[in-house]
Amino acid sequence: MATSIPSPEENLTDLVPGLPPDVLAEPPHPDVELVARAKAGDAAAFEQLIRQYERQIFRTAQHITQNREDAEDITQDVFFKAFQKLEQFQGNSKFSTWLVRIAVNESLMRLRKRKTSKTVSMDQDVQTDEGSIPRDFAEWRPNPEQNYSQAELAEILRKTIAGLPPGFRTVFTLRDIENLSTEETAEALGLSVPAVKSRLLRARLQLRERLSRYFGKTKEGSK
Amino acid sequence: MNCTDFLAKLTDYFDGQIDPDLLAEVKQHLGTCHHCEVVVDTTRKTIDVYRGHQPYEFPEELSLRMREAVMERCRATGKLPEVEKRASKPVPH
Repeated sequence: MATSIPSPEENLTDLVPGLPPDVLAEPPHPDVELVARAKAGDAAAFEQLIRQYERQIFRTAQHITQNREDAEDITQDVFFKAFQKLEQFQGNSKFSTWLVRIAVNESLMRLRKRKTSKTVSMDQDVQTDEGSIPRDFAEWRPNPEQNYSQAELAEILRKTIAGLPPGFRTVFTLRDIENLSTEETAEALGLSVPAVKSRLLRARLQLRERLSRYFGKTKEGSK
Repeated sequence: MNCTDFLAKLTDYFDGQIDPDLLAEVKQHLGTCHHCEVVVDTTRKTIDVYRGHQPYEFPEELSLRMREAVMERCRATGKLPEVEKRASKPVPH
């Protein structure tokens, strides 16, 4: 006898008649289960969460601090703090966004320690107008990065992003390199969406201007 | 639309978050302003080059070392059960 298999939605609504339809709209993110298991003391589940996000957290920390050893320490601290505070994670945001937020705070704190006489915050240097108006209108050569070795290119990219104020560097890293949405970036940094957009524009324009020195058709540093 | 108006919309334009009427104006401006066309092209390449070439290495050795250090700290809190020892190499007789 052929019987149709009820969909998971039908099962759920049978079990919980009052369940609002939007609860069924999207399946829960796989991290939700891993976090729940980790909260219950499942070490393998927490290790899996580390595996998933360690690269992103490490790169974010290194982009902000510009220091590899700091990034390593910060990555370890981020996951340890996350573990200690797992009970506080309510699942209102993505687990990865929560981790990034911890990583940004830890990284800025590390920068503050390094520059004891200077305040380092998301607002540092963002009041300037530098780079908000393009000045270089030289076209770039086609595939300009191919004129450099991998090591040369990595050095150019490191030097270029290191020259941005931390507030711009962080927004560019999260939004354009780590591919967070504008809203997730705002949430991770505790900024408004318009503030993220404004900083992102200026970060992109400043990086463009600086890379033009290497990639522009008529520039001195170009190969 | 002038260049300043265009720049104000550049982030939304890149992120595809621009309403159709405004998009038509942006495209019209780009068709007539070579400077803005260059800015769009080179800004897009800026984003692409960073996305395509991670300047920071993350070797497996570093990943393993960090993960083990974190898990050790977590276990030291007593909130995780001691896991069984990983299979060690057989001791030669």
